[in-house]
Amino acid sequence: MTDMRVKIAGVEMKNPIITASGAFGYGMEYNEFYDISLLGGISCKGTTVLERQGNPGPRIAETPSGMLNSVGLQNPGSEAFINTYLPWLRQRDITVISNVAGHSMDEYVEIVRRVSDANVDMVELNISCPNVKEGGMSFGTSCESVEAVVSEVRKVCKRPLIVKLTPNVTDIGEIAKAAEAAGADAVSLINTLTGMRIDIRTRRPILKNNIGGLSGPAVFPVAVRMVRQVYKSVNIPIIGMGGVATWEDAAEMMMAGAAAIQVGAALFRDPYAPLKIIDGLKAFCEEQGLASVTELTGTVEEW
Amino acid sequence: MRYLQEQCELIYKEEIAKGVFSFTLKAPQIAGKASCGQFVNILCDPFELRRPISIGGFDAASGILRLVFEIRGKGTDWLAARNEGDMLDMIGPLGHGFPLLDESKKAVMIGGGIGTPPLLPLCRHYGANATLISGFRNASAVILEEDAKAFGAKTVVCTDDGSYGFAGFTTQALEAELANGTFDVVYTCGPKVMMRKVAELAAKYGILCYVSMEERMACGVGACLGCACKTKEADGSTAMKRVCLNGPVFEASEVDLT
Repeated sequence: MTDMRVKIAGVEMKNPIITASGAFGYGMEYNEFYDISLLGGISCKGTTVLERQGNPGPRIAETPSGMLNSVGLQNPGSEAFINTYLPWLRQRDITVISNVAGHSMDEYVEIVRRVSDANVDMVELNISCPNVKEGGMSFGTSCESVEAVVSEVRKVCKRPLIVKLTPNVTDIGEIAKAAEAAGADAVSLINTLTGMRIDIRTRRPILKNNIGGLSGPAVFPVAVRMVRQVYKSVNIPIIGMGGVATWEDAAEMMMAGAAAIQVGAALFRDPYAPLKIIDGLKAFCEEQGLASVTELTGTVEEW
Repeated sequence: MRYLQEQCELIYKEEIAKGVFSFTLKAPQIAGKASCGQFVNILCDPFELRRPISIGGFDAASGILRLVFEIRGKGTDWLAARNEGDMLDMIGPLGHGFPLLDESKKAVMIGGGIGTPPLLPLCRHYGANATLISGFRNASAVILEEDAKAFGAKTVVCTDDGSYGFAGFTTQALEAELANGTFDVVYTCGPKVMMRKVAELAAKYGILCYVSMEERMACGVGACLGCACKTKEADGSTAMKRVCLNGPVFEASEVDLT
């Protein structure tokens, strides 16, 4: 029997599978399919200090083996998160990661202060959202701004701090190092790659926001490479994500260096995907004779 | 558990107009819980995103579900190529459907083209008290007229080119109906421009009006916020609501139909 528990920055999860921010809301909807406490963790919808309405629609465009989204951080704001959604989640046996975003340094500091004062297990700092005009990804694309925002929020963050990285950079290893140096307890990657689709009949972009973030199996090999690159660059744990749809994908990403895995777009094809990944990964570990699932992490033997 | 994932056998398939298909499926769980105006989200295997298709008919007793859809792109093209005996992976029934009044009330339904199918279950509910006004490009595109009649509904078919029924817009036919009769409720599904005019007419006559919205979707259950549409709140502010969960049916005054 393989022990499926993992520990990230001191926080134990019953298994390494976490639903990714933005794909799973605050868990209530998918709890109408199955008991979400079967999951290792949930990374909640990216939350800002105040409610945000997000971008106008259409916000979704299909792509070969993936999809673009331009939701634009629509969320009910920190008060609703803390007073309504978090208490509901705390009644379930699931590790709660609060994903947060902002438009300015002050907003990042304020949202981290608010959620880390509340009863969350971890904070995931989204400095990589491609769908908001100011802030968001712009904080995550240079080592200087990453170091600046992470060190500021570190001062007020009372929980383990995960920094979520954008792949839309030249060297993600350097960005990860900057996050680590500024006090990140873990990094998660990859957020979406920016993309665009055009309706050739109307000559208009399909997305009203013109561009959006690409996710789904299309980005998986990019994510595996970046997880590997970051694994070689930092000593803090990595939560890997980006196109993971099967237990084989999860095992592969863990071998590249991930200590845990987030599952996002795969939910839209199969709401049960995270549960199937947990079961498949466990069976694989047992077949491999592993005492712990953690024995997969970083074990690829490069040529 | 509110949501079901069900493997449903396609038992009868018919192309009822060019590029428009009627599927009859064995879906005992979904058909057992469905209500008027809801939809299912269907896995189209080669594609990442499921396709939301409105429920055109359901019967809890027999466990039969009917879907009528048009080939709009690659996903629905794949769906249309399924054969009798094939299994389809469906999530449903989804969404907030059409609120129903007592069947003794008089209802008028306005469907624009492929917006007509979700109105068919309403024809069953209201029977002889239902009037279905549906609009199509031409005679060969007309669908579901006989189905509505079989439920006892009065039908008014409009065609753009006058090759069948009333030559003109559904909204012109609606104006004539409203001027000559009394109705308790208006239901509509179709192009936004049509629904906007329907909503204006309903408001002019002081009749309750429900519209069914369409949007590109991902999860279909309210989690991803991909399908949000702009709504007007009671306090005058605007909000972005989820077509898949808060809708697809909204009271006409609540949504921005521009």
